[in-house]
Amino acid sequence: MTGHFPILSVLLWLPILGGLLVLLAGRMAPPTVRWLALFFAVLSFAVSVPLWTQFDNSTAAMQFTEKLPWISTFNVYYSLGVDGISMPLILLNTFITILVVAAGWEVIQYKTSQYMAAFLILEGLMNGVFSALDGMLFYVLWEAMLIPMFIIIGVWGGPRRVYATIKFFLYTFFGSVFMLVALIYMYVKSGSFDILGFQQLPLGLHAQVLIFIAFLLAFAVKVPMWPVHTWLPDAHVEAPTGGSVILAAIMLKMGGYGFLRFSLPITPDASHALTWLVVGLSLIAVVYIGFVAIVQTDMKKLVAYSSVAHMGFVTLGFFLLFLIFGRDANGAGSVMGVEGGMVQMISHGFVSGALFLCVGVLYDRMHTREIEAYGGVINVMPAFAFFMVLFAMANCGLPGTSGFVGEWMVILSAMRANFWIAFLAAFTLFLGAAYSLWLVKRVIYGPVTNSHVKEMNDVSQRELIILGLCAVPVILIGIWPAPLLDVMHATVTNLVHQVVQTKIVSG
Amino acid sequence: MNFELPQFLPAVPEMFLLGMICFVLIVDVCISDAHRLITYWLSLASVVGTAWLTIAVAQQGSLLTFSGMFVNDAMGNVLKLCTDLVVAVVFIYSRDYLRDRGLFKGEYYILGLTSLLGMMVMISAHNMLTVYLGLELLSLSLYAMVALDRDSAVASEAAMKYFVLGAIASGVLLYGMSLLYGATGTLDLTELGVHIASGSGTSIATVFALGFVVAGLCFKLGAVPFHMWLPDVYEGSATSVTLFVGTAPKIAAFALFMRFLVEGLGGLHSDWQGMLIAISILSMGIGAFVAIVQSNFKRMLAYSTIGHVGFILLGILAGTTAGYQAAMFYTLTYVLMAMAAFGLILLLARKGFEAEKLEDLKGLNERSPWFAALMLMVMFGMAGVPPFVGFFAKLYVLRAVIDVGLTWLAVTAVVFSIVSAYYYIRVVKLMYFDRAPANAKGVRAEFDLRWLLSGNGLAILALGVLPGPLMALCVKVIAF
Repeated sequence: MTGHFPILSVLLWLPILGGLLVLLAGRMAPPTVRWLALFFAVLSFAVSVPLWTQFDNSTAAMQFTEKLPWISTFNVYYSLGVDGISMPLILLNTFITILVVAAGWEVIQYKTSQYMAAFLILEGLMNGVFSALDGMLFYVLWEAMLIPMFIIIGVWGGPRRVYATIKFFLYTFFGSVFMLVALIYMYVKSGSFDILGFQQLPLGLHAQVLIFIAFLLAFAVKVPMWPVHTWLPDAHVEAPTGGSVILAAIMLKMGGYGFLRFSLPITPDASHALTWLVVGLSLIAVVYIGFVAIVQTDMKKLVAYSSVAHMGFVTLGFFLLFLIFGRDANGAGSVMGVEGGMVQMISHGFVSGALFLCVGVLYDRMHTREIEAYGGVINVMPAFAFFMVLFAMANCGLPGTSGFVGEWMVILSAMRANFWIAFLAAFTLFLGAAYSLWLVKRVIYGPVTNSHVKEMNDVSQRELIILGLCAVPVILIGIWPAPLLDVMHATVTNLVHQVVQTKIVSG
Repeated sequence: MNFELPQFLPAVPEMFLLGMICFVLIVDVCISDAHRLITYWLSLASVVGTAWLTIAVAQQGSLLTFSGMFVNDAMGNVLKLCTDLVVAVVFIYSRDYLRDRGLFKGEYYILGLTSLLGMMVMISAHNMLTVYLGLELLSLSLYAMVALDRDSAVASEAAMKYFVLGAIASGVLLYGMSLLYGATGTLDLTELGVHIASGSGTSIATVFALGFVVAGLCFKLGAVPFHMWLPDVYEGSATSVTLFVGTAPKIAAFALFMRFLVEGLGGLHSDWQGMLIAISILSMGIGAFVAIVQSNFKRMLAYSTIGHVGFILLGILAGTTAGYQAAMFYTLTYVLMAMAAFGLILLLARKGFEAEKLEDLKGLNERSPWFAALMLMVMFGMAGVPPFVGFFAKLYVLRAVIDVGLTWLAVTAVVFSIVSAYYYIRVVKLMYFDRAPANAKGVRAEFDLRWLLSGNGLAILALGVLPGPLMALCVKVIAF
């Protein structure tokens, strides 16, 4: 596949270039800067659409590949490509970035150009993370991404932003450096940083377990899994609305993506041996964090904890496959678990992103996120209330919304694995309902008790468009998930078959 | 011994520099303070001329001259060229700062040139006597330079500490050399290497001598536990002197390790590897933890230097060609970053105001977004976050130590790099998250300084995006 239009390179570099231009335009009036940023965000999304339309569903091989030598001393290649797992995530990223740019439109007055530029650069780097096929390229982008996010939370965040952003940076940095050691170790063994090469590399169980743990540290912090999730509520609460949206919708997905791209295929035997660990941690996230979410008094914190619980569902779906493979023909149940996790990731991207946008809409009016301060919002903001209720319903997995599809698939495959796992996983159904609906009840319904609430205006046209854009995919995936599943089916099937084969060489 | 011209050829850059030093010295005596710029331009011309001559006499293979005391080889030439460049940049960065403080005298530039000569001799040394000659020329120039601001009590104290400790270290090194001479009967580094490799010279005496040599070398590099002078000197000296002390001599010290420890005492690798592992872990640890509590930016950077030295030693202790290449890459890129860091401190300082407290960086993003961005690149570069070049330097040395089976050491190193990331990002926090004090002014700088510093900072990014060529250069010149 040479000679085609390098879509992935453009998706990596165009937003970064756009970000630099926006920075340079910093001396111009803020409106110019905003429109310029929006232009680049929309352009990037337009470029990413052909990834979907021209995608070949029938193969598990990498598509739209590009490969150039980058650092010959290390045999590192600038190697890009997407498959059914990464392609939807890239589209999610380019789509969400438009919303984020729009969401910061009038709200961000301090250093507007730096704010917009940070998000555009972040978008490019994250596109690169999802499309990198070279371990070193992946790592460079994975780490580079921390810098804009660190700045976003630290400069435009809330009162405790410094604490939150340093905690965020050090936690994620801590996790990923061990991944670096693991990558170098495999490079020394195999002579290159090719991820697909790593997947073929025979490794003994001892080495696999150590590599698996190194990856687990990196990805578990990112996902985040219990007990290394504590940076997330802080970061979410303190980040500006746009930062929370990107964190929840895209950055957390990188952890899940890492499990599928690295942990499972590179260290299948260790994954098998340590399935109990990941499944256990996931169930703790689902049940315990679900309870924690209920008692939150801060809206953003509540959504943040619900993110941890939902991501626990994702990792659960991924790691169920060892428990059920072989019980049915072709491992269909395993495939369903992984696909369920993937759908959950995409859906959570839209739903949690939308919920953070909703909280942002309220915050911009009242400058508080305390649930107690609100009540009866529906009386003054009916249009807004419609969307907030919709997304809350999607968050608790109401059939007909995207949240239902993934949860249902994961619970179904959990049932094949073990009744008690399914039982605990199903807790999410009523825990999710409890914290989402109770939030809605306290914020949206009831009488207006706070005089400030009375003065709130309903959503502006800009906000209406943003929320509307979020609602479309939530409902589309909910009622017709087939296109999304088709895209990933071949890749996931291939992955599952690859993962259940042992890599340990005898002797 | 016949002195034919071709035998001088490999050393022509050094000879030219020596001639120029004498010339500048005489000219400087004859001109008044009003025309001190003449000294400045002449010094710059000397450095540029030396660099040009270094390129001109460079050739394939290595060439010995002066009865094998002096060597001209690819590694030496690249390191000399880098040293020349660094010194030239340091001269330019320092000009305005010195002028604002009434220190714009010929001495700074002449001492700079003599220490450059010392460094070049060190880089080309092929005999223990030449090593010592170059080292002392460098050290004595630096002692004097630290004391340049003679009315400052802190500077005088720093110079005194540096001198006393440096003299002890030189003595220790000399003692080690004499023991080696006694055990092997030669001063020539290649002969020493052959002697030790053959096993006939490895006795208790050589290993004993090795201990002294390692201690002496580590003092010059500033590795724990021989680091005591470094924070005081960095903090006490005028910032332009700190800039000088903190950059170019590191390249020369790396060359010293290569010539002495690797070429001369390579046969004792198994003995010095253990020593360097301990020293390296201690350096990374002290560098990471002690820097956190510093409130003086220069002192913080001093501890960060100690941490980086630990990383450079990782590459050397691996004892493989790839390890030495990694150490060279690390040294060069570290010097690049240190140059930008101190350059920015110089830039932020104004007449009657030193920007050396961490607090002075508060709200820099509001005062000057561009220079704040440059400092951000330096800080993330030093922390080892991609896409800045510091990351690839760390990657390179980590690969070298994992290659020789010391994976635990690599894990230790990355743990320390997490700790040290904290104080680097704290600087970013001060610049970006804190608001500037009400009386803060914008940043003004001369045209050339502004552009040079920008180029310096962007090089950290450019080499991080495309580290290939510099790595290839390191691979090319270090091939044993």
